[in-house]
Amino acid sequence: MPDAVRELTYGEAVREAIAEEMRRDPRVFVIGEDVAEAGHPFKTLVGLVQEFGTERIIDTPISEPGYAGIGVGAAMTGMRPIVDVMFGDFITLTMDQMVNQAAKVHYMSGGKLKVPIVFRTTLGATRRSAAQHSQSLQAWVSHVPGLKVALPSSPYEAKGLMKTAIRDDSPVVIFEDKMMYRVKGPVPAEDYTIPFGVADVKRAGTDVTIVATSSMVQVALGAATMLEKIGISAEVIDPRTTAPLDKQALIDSAKKTSRAIVVDEGYERYGVTAELASVIAEGAFYHLDAPVKRIGAMDVPVPFSPVLEDLTVPSEKMVFEAAKALCGKA
Amino acid sequence: MTTQTIEPRMELEQNLHMYRQMAKIRAFEEQVNELYKGAKMPGLAHLYVGEEGVAVGVCEALRRDDFITSTHRGHGHCLAKGASVNRMFAELLGKEPGYCRGKGGSMHIADPETGNLGANAIVGGSAGIATGAALSAKMRGSGQVAACFFGDGALGQGVLYEVMNMASLWKLPVIYVCENNLYGEYTPCGETIAGEILARARAFGIHAESVDGQDVQLVNATMKRLVERARRGEGPAFLECKTYRYYGHHVGDVNREYRTKEEEREWMTGHDPLHTLASRLTAHGLADESVFERIRTDVQAEIDSGVQFALAAPYPEPSEVDEDVYA
Repeated sequence: MPDAVRELTYGEAVREAIAEEMRRDPRVFVIGEDVAEAGHPFKTLVGLVQEFGTERIIDTPISEPGYAGIGVGAAMTGMRPIVDVMFGDFITLTMDQMVNQAAKVHYMSGGKLKVPIVFRTTLGATRRSAAQHSQSLQAWVSHVPGLKVALPSSPYEAKGLMKTAIRDDSPVVIFEDKMMYRVKGPVPAEDYTIPFGVADVKRAGTDVTIVATSSMVQVALGAATMLEKIGISAEVIDPRTTAPLDKQALIDSAKKTSRAIVVDEGYERYGVTAELASVIAEGAFYHLDAPVKRIGAMDVPVPFSPVLEDLTVPSEKMVFEAAKALCGKA
Repeated sequence: MTTQTIEPRMELEQNLHMYRQMAKIRAFEEQVNELYKGAKMPGLAHLYVGEEGVAVGVCEALRRDDFITSTHRGHGHCLAKGASVNRMFAELLGKEPGYCRGKGGSMHIADPETGNLGANAIVGGSAGIATGAALSAKMRGSGQVAACFFGDGALGQGVLYEVMNMASLWKLPVIYVCENNLYGEYTPCGETIAGEILARARAFGIHAESVDGQDVQLVNATMKRLVERARRGEGPAFLECKTYRYYGHHVGDVNREYRTKEEEREWMTGHDPLHTLASRLTAHGLADESVFERIRTDVQAEIDSGVQFALAAPYPEPSEVDEDVYA
């Protein structure tokens, strides 16, 4: 199985997905800031402009609302743009184009117009980038009917979910974990996609379910290893997309283990964890031995000082302690 | 403002067609107002009466497969680009045969078959879409152009300037059509627009002109030049059309205390687009009042039949409510 052992970084997996889809479909193009010669500040697009030219890897002015809107119009008229929004924090600037335009056009037109667009952006703190370059705002767009939201948690998912996003006829917002770009993992060289709305069991277990998204999957797996040492078997589930959401997988796991923790790097208040917890509470209530525990980012603007910033993000230890408490071993 | 007293030499048939299109829009909008007053239409509508010369002059310079994006005051644009009266009325009443199967309503009518990418209820909200359609046309080599309608109110939206900048940099085939009807909702544009409007476009290196939007022949002749220019790859243009909305911001805005009755009378009697065209053709001995009267009668019959169609049409099934959220 030579393919199975091939490893790519998360960033390389993203680039491979985009390059493969651009070779497959001449309608696909990339538009955004510093995407061409610069290859993107995170170096995820290096080499694409050499292969596809500046007609399909389009550098823009620093005008997020403008080029996002141009992407929407291109998508409505026969193209399949990948709109690059460098930092997740900047989706605040593209909100009208995402929420009022892209998400609504298909429905408002009675199904006649389609917007096959991918908004590619990032999430994740601890890069010492302070409050305007560190947020995880996936809850904002997960809230909006008409948008799909993907959260790849590994190089394998980074390639497979990106390819699915590009082939989808609806608008997709894909949040890449900027702290994972250099993390390596197995990525098949062949063409594959990962269906949206299908959760993945990252680790099977029997005592507690830990539902974790994106950057928090590794945190959950780390906590599960710690829990194993004290005799607690944790099941780790990655929903992979928040919209559509594989509710049944979450409910089935919680029914099996009777306890559930949900972890997401977005702000805890009104966040992704709130939705996931309520899905489990409603769907598995009579099987639960304890209330569902939510762990999100602390409800403060992300601080700069490492000493402070690290306090705001869910950690393996926090998940470990929460699981211990749920299992009556605190 | 272009003040040349040109007499665009167009075929009589084309002029009468433009008159018919303007008359249709006016009769349509008068009927919409009646539907509102008779409580037969859900919600509100923003009437285009008075501005017909702009939509018709612009759209008659476009091919069927050219794109337009429209505004909250969009009925005129949709009709001018070729929408059917029946399906327009049906959409306004939230009925199944409407252009959006009742899901869009007055402010969201879209019709891809005529290149209409949709009216938009966010002021300036379609500037990106129109510019993106132009980028798409250029990338696909289709030869299509995009006309982006917006009002003077949209001049306050930053996204317009972002996309004009990119359209100029990339020489995109898009024409920004600013319908300056002097009021952004209830506020005179003098209170909201600093400096010169055309200077804003020219600052990006965009060719910009201003015309009397009440003269459909002038709008059309100017637009034809701009469209040909764009099709030749010479880049975007900005066309300010000075016009006036006879009704208020929307059908419920009946008192209009923010402007004077004298001003309204002056525009309606001295600068009416239908009257301007009819009297010019009459003065040249090309047509007489009976021709225009017959057109108005024909158009009224189409409107009467369209509204009856819509009133009798079925509502969508409740099961359709969650259809087409995703493609």
